[in-house]
Amino acid sequence: MSNRVVSLLVPVISIILGLLVGAIVMLFSGYDPVNGYIALWNGIFGDSYAIGETIRQISPYILAGLAVAFAFRTGLFNIGVEGQLMVGWFAAVYVGAAFELPMIIHLPITLLAAALAGAIWGLVPGILKATLRVHEVIVTIMMNYVALHVVNALIKTVSGGSYKTEKIQPTASLRSDFLSNLTDYSTLHYGIFVALAMVIVMWFILEKTKTGFELKSVGFNENASQYAGMNVKKNIVLSMVISGAFAGLAGAMEGLGTFGSMTSQGGFTGIGFDGIAVALLGANTPLGVIFGASLFGSLKYGANNMPNAANIPLEIVSIVVALIIFFVASGYIIRVGLQRLNKKKEAK
Amino acid sequence: MSFLEVLYFIIPTSIAYAAPLIFTAIGGVFSERSGVVNIGLEGLMVMGAFVGIVFNLAFVNVFGGWTPWIALLAAMLVAAIFSIMHAVASVSFRADQVVSGVAINMLGIAIALFSVKLMFGKGQTDFIQQKIPRINVPILQDIPIIGPMFFKSLYGTSVLAIALAFVAWFVIYKTPFGLRLRSVGEHPMAADTMGINVAKIRYAAVIISGGLAGIGGAIYSQTMTGDFGHATINGQGFMALAAMIFGKWHPIGALGAALFFGFAQTLAISAGSIDIDFIQKIPAVYFHILPYVLTILALAGFIGKANAPKANGVPYIKGSR
Repeated sequence: MSNRVVSLLVPVISIILGLLVGAIVMLFSGYDPVNGYIALWNGIFGDSYAIGETIRQISPYILAGLAVAFAFRTGLFNIGVEGQLMVGWFAAVYVGAAFELPMIIHLPITLLAAALAGAIWGLVPGILKATLRVHEVIVTIMMNYVALHVVNALIKTVSGGSYKTEKIQPTASLRSDFLSNLTDYSTLHYGIFVALAMVIVMWFILEKTKTGFELKSVGFNENASQYAGMNVKKNIVLSMVISGAFAGLAGAMEGLGTFGSMTSQGGFTGIGFDGIAVALLGANTPLGVIFGASLFGSLKYGANNMPNAANIPLEIVSIVVALIIFFVASGYIIRVGLQRLNKKKEAK
Repeated sequence: MSFLEVLYFIIPTSIAYAAPLIFTAIGGVFSERSGVVNIGLEGLMVMGAFVGIVFNLAFVNVFGGWTPWIALLAAMLVAAIFSIMHAVASVSFRADQVVSGVAINMLGIAIALFSVKLMFGKGQTDFIQQKIPRINVPILQDIPIIGPMFFKSLYGTSVLAIALAFVAWFVIYKTPFGLRLRSVGEHPMAADTMGINVAKIRYAAVIISGGLAGIGGAIYSQTMTGDFGHATINGQGFMALAAMIFGKWHPIGALGAALFFGFAQTLAISAGSIDIDFIQKIPAVYFHILPYVLTILALAGFIGKANAPKANGVPYIKGSR
């Protein structure tokens, strides 16, 4: 088996193992796993409304996945997508509500504000990593909680003591009557096109520009890059900033498309953490992220159908998702297993 | 409230908030000192909080007043078993330890909520009847000023937590096991050449961290909330992680950091009701973010130098250099 095939097989086997263990859990809890997975399937593809909502769910997942994947390529682990998403969401909603402009100016500015807010939130760990060698994992985790509390405090301030911001102006909205009508009045919005455009942007930066080459080079070997005359520090900061911008846009999906406002958050949205799963499954490539986001976005939305249709708590899907991450992370053992299998075949 | 009355309220509450953080942070010290990054503390704490409440509800008629204490042991046991997953992934399967930790966090909350819905048919458990009791220490509580601050309405678990910090210090710095633990975290290959079983020590360290985080979670749910739902732990595990780093991977440092973070949490919830002018003027959000900002500053070297164990987060592969 070539390396390429093994690299493709690891995520596939992980998904199968995850679903299998999920089925075993359902069986031992006294539920019917077949019914459960049929309910999940129908929740994703059952009718055009479900499909619309599933695609809507996939949009922020793509962007969160891009954010994690982009930083990964420079050798950085951005676990702070959650916080960057939250500040992006707030910035989008604030700019979307505070100004009155024609749509052609308003919507881009609003998206830009979200990206900028996320970028600033990524800038802090970037600078600390580049200049003081502080590990970005811990800093981004801490920045998540700072974002959570700061955003909640800001919501309270701008709304005059309430727990919810004003609705955004229609000129800043990503909502689309066309897409909505097409899918039986789901909340599907233009965000999916923004997300797909960003996939192309990431591909372009990484594969077609000098900056992208440097970013990847730093990810492979910092010392060699330094020796070749690249500015390692600049690249680390840049990578975190771009990663944060993607995450901020993921927040804009929620703010400008799905909700149109922001409510005080009791905890994290989970999209940022799932973004880690998306990137991991997609092997940190732009195209892979689309697949990863489609899988996890579908699972997350389809799960909502499980309590009604099969009477199974929807947390079962979170168990499955966590297991898939666990198995992908343990890819080493799957590789070893595949190699053993291969050797046996050759011996015969 | 007068200034002294404020202190009589704030200090016991701070210590109460600190106890779960101390247990969990010291668990983190064990794991990371052995070279295994444990982001999964949050998920392990969730597991502990969940098991603590469920055990308490199920056995309160059997054990009576002892229930919350035995529930702590049950939580320790289950969380320790749960943490084996992290150990297997990061030690034997050479997984990225941060990713494995993230998976543990997601899995912990998912399993706990799934089980709650299975058992109770709703999103949170019933309230427990037997919380961990507050005690007044005889004689000592009559000492003026210090008595009401430290020895009145005190949780027994807080005393345990502070004692644990010193026990952990002794174990890590004064016993053969501790020396092995530290050497495995600093230079596993050197430890291996000296005949230390790196994998075994790391397994032990991660399982200890799981057990301690489980106790921490069960203390939190049995003192603070009294039931278990999706928001019960909500970041306490990450705050414990912060305490561990702020305490520079040292048990006594973690103790100090946890006490300070407990203090910040107490101020965040009660700042509005404290009748001291300058505290009331500070918005609560500053107290909420204080632990996290301080941790970033500590890492950046503004508050002394914090050095992580050298081999932290690096899987040990025998024979490779």
